[in-house]
Amino acid sequence: MKARIPAVAAGVVERVFREEYGRAVAVLVRRFGDFDIAEEAVQEAFATAVRRWPDDGLPPRPAGWIITTARNAAVDRLRREAARADRHAQAALLRAPIEPAEEGPVHDDRLRLIFTCCHPALAPAARVALTLRLLCGLTTAEIARAFLVTEPTMAQRLVRAKGKIRDARIPYRVPAEHELPDRLPAVLSVVYLVFNEGYAAGSGARLVREDLCAEAVRLGRLLAALMPDEPEVLGLLALMLLTESRRPARTGPEGELVPLPEQDRRLWDADLVAEGQALVRRCLRRGRPGPYQIQAAISAVHSDAADAASTDWGQVLRLYDQLTALAPSPVVALNRAVAVAEVEGPEAALRLVSELETGLGTFHVLHAVRADLLRRLGRRSEAIAAYEAAITGAGNAAEAAFLRRRLGELGNG
Amino acid sequence: MTQYLLSIYQPDGPVPPPEVLDPIMRDVEAVNAELRAAGAWVFAGGLHAPSTATVVRCKDEEMLMTDGPYLEGKEHIGGFTVVEAPDLDAALEWGRKLAKAITLPIEVRPLQYGSRG
Repeated sequence: MKARIPAVAAGVVERVFREEYGRAVAVLVRRFGDFDIAEEAVQEAFATAVRRWPDDGLPPRPAGWIITTARNAAVDRLRREAARADRHAQAALLRAPIEPAEEGPVHDDRLRLIFTCCHPALAPAARVALTLRLLCGLTTAEIARAFLVTEPTMAQRLVRAKGKIRDARIPYRVPAEHELPDRLPAVLSVVYLVFNEGYAAGSGARLVREDLCAEAVRLGRLLAALMPDEPEVLGLLALMLLTESRRPARTGPEGELVPLPEQDRRLWDADLVAEGQALVRRCLRRGRPGPYQIQAAISAVHSDAADAASTDWGQVLRLYDQLTALAPSPVVALNRAVAVAEVEGPEAALRLVSELETGLGTFHVLHAVRADLLRRLGRRSEAIAAYEAAITGAGNAAEAAFLRRRLGELGNG
Repeated sequence: MTQYLLSIYQPDGPVPPPEVLDPIMRDVEAVNAELRAAGAWVFAGGLHAPSTATVVRCKDEEMLMTDGPYLEGKEHIGGFTVVEAPDLDAALEWGRKLAKAITLPIEVRPLQYGSRG
């Protein structure tokens, strides 16, 4: 007699899709050596799941079920095409092993997939698109919307990238240990780019696009599980979690940006803060600091403070000094200047910011920082001009709204 | 195995003097020797100046010729090497070695056919 199978609640297929899509594609790519065959087969398997799971119940191992179903779908399709003397299909079929699909060492498959998607021979925009598509299962339309390009443009970008992987033979493998220092940063920067695009949406009305943040955190968790010995991987995850923990406090009732010092810290997500801080401690213990770890540590110092006034700015400044030594950039220098303002005063910070103007003159955050420093020094007319420059450059409406409020306060003061 | 064309992009202008060129050519020869020893060497050649090139076009039954390279520019392909490699990473590693020896950018591009299997 058949055991009674619990009914599948609505949203379960959706959840399995989010969690297992990348794993299934990764396994199928290894088996069939072709991205398009893998994607189509996995999508077909999920379509079958949508039809069958509500009646049949959730299989004991949903990922295994999806992979087996997808593999069978791919083999069926290739057999049909091979019968029509499709040379490509015949070749792919020959590569497909006969043994039944297992979950096996699938972890390595997902790592293979992400290193292939983030190969340095691909343009950064293509790496991001491929990762969101193949590992996260976002549709071309969703990725196009997220990065504000038209769907045909994004489709073309994906086709071109997949064509290059195939024709130039970008290998499907995890780089060797000695290659990791060269290859890992590209993977981490793709994940962080997705997160930042979600967190500080470059343009548009909303400040945060939660879906992109969630995908980035999911990828970060996956990498941390697969490469637990890489401190920068843990550092990136910690940085994202600590940043994400502030999301509830980061926008006001009108959707406007609330800057860190003015946030209601009781709104911060305590679980994410605790998880992020634990990760910071864990990666720093390894004694191999890197830019993500230090940025996470800076974020952790802020998370430690019960209110803005009790922030350990001396510690923040020391960490920025360390970051400047490891990965100097004008943006790091600008952030360091903000810490200098708290430790040494706005005058010293303003001197540093002025020096950055040649390199960052068009970056609206520089004008916003300058405006704030000038306001604190009581140089009102210069502050107004700087706020106006910052508002002109601000990409999203929430940031502009915050800057306008500040400008308004100056006008009334 | 796939074959890759490694194109050397060279600025137009006079040939560098021997004290500059000779050590470069020695380094390039060393890379070629390494390619042969690894069984990855297929073919290589250096080209005369782009001013020696002729572009031929066929329009209807008429043949048109123009003097000089197809693309106007400050850099042109100065030479090339064809290597055989298992994947792009291996081909890029040869590209990196060649770029280091020749001190010029190298374009690595897969060939459609020509793999000897």
